[in-house]
Amino acid sequence: MANVSLRSVRKTYPGGFEAIKGIDFEIGDGQFCVLVGPSGCGKSTLLRMVAGLETVTSGEVDIGGRVVNEIEPADRDIAMVFQNYALYPHMSVYNNMAYGLRNRGMPKPEIDTRVREAAQTLELAGMLDRKPRQLSGGQRQRVAMGRAIVRQPKVFLFDEPLSNLDAKLRVAMRVEIRKLQRRLKTTSIYVTHDQLEAMTLADILVVMNGGQVEQIGSPLDIYRKPATTFVASFIGAPPMNLIKLSGDEIRTQFAGDSRSAAEAGILGVRPEDLAISGEATAGGGITLNLTVEAIERVGAETFVYGTRARAEKAVSATPGELPEGEVIVRIPGQDAPAIGASIRASAPRDKLHLFSADGRNRIDI
Amino acid sequence: MEKSAVFKGKLLPYLLLVPQLVITLVFFYWPASQAVWQSFLREDAFGLNSEFIGLENYQALLAQPEYYKAMATTVVFSSLVAALSLSIALLFATQADKNLKAAPTFKVMMIWPYAVAPAVAGVLWLFIFHPTLGTMARPLRLMGFNWNPMLNGNHAMALVVMAAVWKQIAYNFLFFLAGLQAIPRSVLEAGAIDGAGPYRRFWTITFPLLSPTTFFLLVVNVVYVFFDTFGIIDAVTGGGPAGATTTLVYKVYADGRLGGDLGGSAAQSVILMVIVIALTAIQFRYVERKVQY
Repeated sequence: MANVSLRSVRKTYPGGFEAIKGIDFEIGDGQFCVLVGPSGCGKSTLLRMVAGLETVTSGEVDIGGRVVNEIEPADRDIAMVFQNYALYPHMSVYNNMAYGLRNRGMPKPEIDTRVREAAQTLELAGMLDRKPRQLSGGQRQRVAMGRAIVRQPKVFLFDEPLSNLDAKLRVAMRVEIRKLQRRLKTTSIYVTHDQLEAMTLADILVVMNGGQVEQIGSPLDIYRKPATTFVASFIGAPPMNLIKLSGDEIRTQFAGDSRSAAEAGILGVRPEDLAISGEATAGGGITLNLTVEAIERVGAETFVYGTRARAEKAVSATPGELPEGEVIVRIPGQDAPAIGASIRASAPRDKLHLFSADGRNRIDI
Repeated sequence: MEKSAVFKGKLLPYLLLVPQLVITLVFFYWPASQAVWQSFLREDAFGLNSEFIGLENYQALLAQPEYYKAMATTVVFSSLVAALSLSIALLFATQADKNLKAAPTFKVMMIWPYAVAPAVAGVLWLFIFHPTLGTMARPLRLMGFNWNPMLNGNHAMALVVMAAVWKQIAYNFLFFLAGLQAIPRSVLEAGAIDGAGPYRRFWTITFPLLSPTTFFLLVVNVVYVFFDTFGIIDAVTGGGPAGATTTLVYKVYADGRLGGDLGGSAAQSVILMVIVIALTAIQFRYVERKVQY
């Protein structure tokens, strides 16, 4: 059991590439921290720095009150689950789990107890003599988990552990990992690019982009109050609609609201907060006039893709997320307007998000 | 799934096999059958006439103490060369596998010796270690070591072993390096987190995972020492002194070409062929079973 703190941690590669540009945060004892971000944002590098597989260029990595920058991975009292599981292919399931304990000179009977206990927990009891190649993807994943839990380390590190599994198994394993972590109360750091995994697993969510932290907080806080347009479009699926506003619109819409509303340049509204209705909402909400371009019915809900009828363009924080000018409306059920129809989508004032024109700052209204 | 083309007609498959079959027939079955036939004949030294004598060549051969001596020499020579060239190559490959700046240069330098012909390699080593001309012989003698591969059988053996090992390291190195690079880095990282130091990691993870490569190289090396080292031995020691470096393959040559006993030489090469086939079969049957994981 331990806290993990990162203090102005940086990583610069010999070529001069700055992978991590100064990161600070603290994970409390027993908390589940998820690092989420697009590929190349430095989240895996950061995790590997905590593990000791990458050197720390500057700053401090602290595990349980001990700065571990110069300490070997083996002596950091951590266990890691790798994306490709990294099982020892020539060892049986039993030996895969026992290896780390044998290396530490634990007496045989105790190793046996721990391995069998872990196998029981992970439903691997009947497979202890098999080799990894004789197991399915999900079973391999559980062996990798078993190898981590038998060690009873201070910290679990997970590097996209579910990304090699099919969608159904991924959901099941996600729930299992969360249950296991709750029971063992071991501090965990989990890296993923899947925002759904991030939302469901995290006690603390760290959204990363370009080697920096964009926002840290509880998943729901981040969902409710994204700090930047990057976070707004990364967390939540489908992503938040971001609409560039002109100065006039801002003045008429949000006149006298707050001192900083005048600086706002981008309006955000989540697809689920928009409703298709005939009239504008009272009390300063927004109404968008849309032409329906495409419809996606997924059963319980329907996504309506529309373009704004007026000249204003919606903007996307990350290229490719939302085509210019496109607005997504999420409506319950299967009833949807026809393609080509003109609709009015509106959202109440308290569901609106305002950001500065460069998207780096949230403006509260 | 990949689509496979299906050709009609019975002739095409055979036509496609012909080039390979012709090569095997011309370069293996034909000379091999000639050797077997020859081993049942006695020929005079001028090759003017020959008579069929059945197994007499074999009987004469197996009664020769020199033949058993050559066999013992071969065992010593091949175990030394195989063991040394495999272990040194593995050591070099593990070093080259590290992320060092000089690694690419190192790899290129390592591969060069393989391009040197065996006889030339032998002569190079002879130049270095020749008792009177050699650059290393004088320092050795100054250190009080009476180095003379021309007279001392053990010295001669050491010299041909060195030359043969030096040449084979390059080949083994390449395969070991490829084998090492095929081991996923994350497996070794998992080992590091699991508390295994570099030494233990090597013996419990890297080495077992390399075993298919090691096994393949073992087979190739044994065949190499049995046949391809002929050039080195011929150039360096000529089988001497007093037959101390006469291996089975060298004896085939010495008795047949130099001694003029074609029948006896053919009998030896047949036995040699049987030994190599048997060794390879044994290796595949027993050793390979253990390398599966």
